[in-house]
Amino acid sequence: MKKLATSIALALSLASTTAFAEPAVLYDLGGKFDKSFNESAYNGAKRWADETGEKFAEVEIQSDAQREQAIRRFAEAGKNPIVMAGFSWATPLGEVAKDYPDTKFSIIDMVVDAPNIKSTVFAAEQGSYLVGMLAALASKNGAVGFIGGMDIPLIRTFACGYAQGAKDAKEGMKVVSNMTGTTPSAWNDPVKGSELTLAQISQDVDVVFAAAGATGVGVLQTAADKDILSIGVDANQNYLHPGKVLTSMLKRVDNAVYNSFKAGVDLETGFNQMDLSNEGVGYALDEHNEALITDEMKAAVEAAKAKIIAGDIKVHNYSSDESCPSYEF
Amino acid sequence: MELLTLLLPILDSTVRSATPLLLACLAGLYSERAGIFDIGLEGKMLASAFMSAAIAYTTGNVWVGLLAGIGASLALSAVHGLASITYRGNQLISGVAINFFAAGMAVVAAQSWFGQGGQTPRLTDESRFSPITLPFAETLQDTPIIGPIYYELISGHTLLVYVAMLAVPLTWFVLYRTRFGLRLRAVGENPSAVDTAGVSVIGLRFAAVAICGVLCGIAGAQLATAEPAAGFVKDMTAGRGFIALAALIFAKWRPWYALFACLLFGFLQAIALRPDQIELVLGFKVQLQLLDALPYILTVVILAGFVGKAIPPRAGGEPYVKER
Repeated sequence: MKKLATSIALALSLASTTAFAEPAVLYDLGGKFDKSFNESAYNGAKRWADETGEKFAEVEIQSDAQREQAIRRFAEAGKNPIVMAGFSWATPLGEVAKDYPDTKFSIIDMVVDAPNIKSTVFAAEQGSYLVGMLAALASKNGAVGFIGGMDIPLIRTFACGYAQGAKDAKEGMKVVSNMTGTTPSAWNDPVKGSELTLAQISQDVDVVFAAAGATGVGVLQTAADKDILSIGVDANQNYLHPGKVLTSMLKRVDNAVYNSFKAGVDLETGFNQMDLSNEGVGYALDEHNEALITDEMKAAVEAAKAKIIAGDIKVHNYSSDESCPSYEF
Repeated sequence: MELLTLLLPILDSTVRSATPLLLACLAGLYSERAGIFDIGLEGKMLASAFMSAAIAYTTGNVWVGLLAGIGASLALSAVHGLASITYRGNQLISGVAINFFAAGMAVVAAQSWFGQGGQTPRLTDESRFSPITLPFAETLQDTPIIGPIYYELISGHTLLVYVAMLAVPLTWFVLYRTRFGLRLRAVGENPSAVDTAGVSVIGLRFAAVAICGVLCGIAGAQLATAEPAAGFVKDMTAGRGFIALAALIFAKWRPWYALFACLLFGFLQAIALRPDQIELVLGFKVQLQLLDALPYILTVVILAGFVGKAIPPRAGGEPYVKER
């Protein structure tokens, strides 16, 4: 009996290595269609599927406890490469990856050091710097706001880059920053997002940047209701309220997923930084916001972008030393 | 005057934040006063938030949405009543089950219905509750002190906010000045006495649970369809049902106290939104985590008997069994 089981297992494992390896993507809490981070990952996977006509596996987890199980299940099923979107995957991935040395993993937004893992991080501070400049240039009251989701270093990196950009664009710019909460429910509380926006409006803020997952839905909504400008995050959110969203800070999660899928089993592992120089981050300009971004604003931002790429402007990365010269948390 | 301009938005936000808490707290009050513990407030609010937003979006009519939300909440109330009154099950477990069921179902239903990842599409202005400007608010606006208070604080909320505020005196009247209220309170203290008097314990408890369902339904609709909100997002109640339960204990199961408890908790939330302004006034940085935890800390203090004593309804949590 035992022999039979082993031979079946052997046959299965042979089958899985020889057959075409289907790639898989794992979304973070917040869900596949969050109009933001996860949706961007989905769009990248979908672009790959549309171009190649192949299929991919995907999973939306419901709680932190499912992370390890989800990775393991895909690895057992022979999916390769397995891409996961979100920093919270780091710990379970570190555990699982060493059990499947022949499977390639790709993690976005976090660094995990292992021979079969590709770690992609975004220079979020650079993109935030640019939208911070745009916010300051568009603000009439001289005050811009930031609303983060859960209070973690990654989100503070956004806030810090944003504050630096705003203050560099206009001397004496007032920056108001709020975090929604300290628990994961901070990503899903649009009601509090709305209240935070109203609180910032009462402090003269007239451009608000939301880096808060689904909480940002409430921020953008209230900004549109109260006729101030908002800035979306991760994916292009300009279309949500045309003419009311100044721009979106883009994190090309879709490109990261797409590239990993395209590389397939030959995925190059190691550290990979996506920043302004390789179009990994940026700001969104489309038909919904072209009336809001004047030529002068565009010229100023493009000039700053070139300087950042050339290294003439150093944008501070909060995650590197947990401090921020432009804003006191 | 300076203080007023700082304080008014905070108080304004207090009222908005307190509204869903107050509705849920009163909902719990009816239920628990009748002897049925209900920790499923959160789940009922969530179910209603989803249904009200979904139906308001599909019909374009926020009133139909409100009714649908109340309907969803009532359906869960019926389940709770069936489990804990008719079948004498454990009320806490039934409540927990309702919370899980609502959290999961709302997302699954939203996903298969709209395909937007467990959210409902954005509601337009016609399909959500808009702020109401009370009479004379505009004309009185320039009157010193009273004008801004009336215009900013009292006027300009959505209908459901006023409903919640009016529900407090109404609840007081129903509980303490009507025959139904007397019986309802009695059924939570000593159901066999009520039974001896020839009044149906089961009927009264179901009535209380139904009222609880209606109020939770309004609370959920407030979260999802009353401006500034515009749609359902998964888990959007974010623990408000549990804060409402804390407020209920804090209020010692009394309607007027419930109003003050909810306003206090709402106020704590409102100042937590403005750390910079608080720092300006107080001169030191307030820990936001402390403000978030304060409702629970206060409740524990009350429960421990440091400030007065919170005595729950005596027959609470126990199914009623007729003696044979």
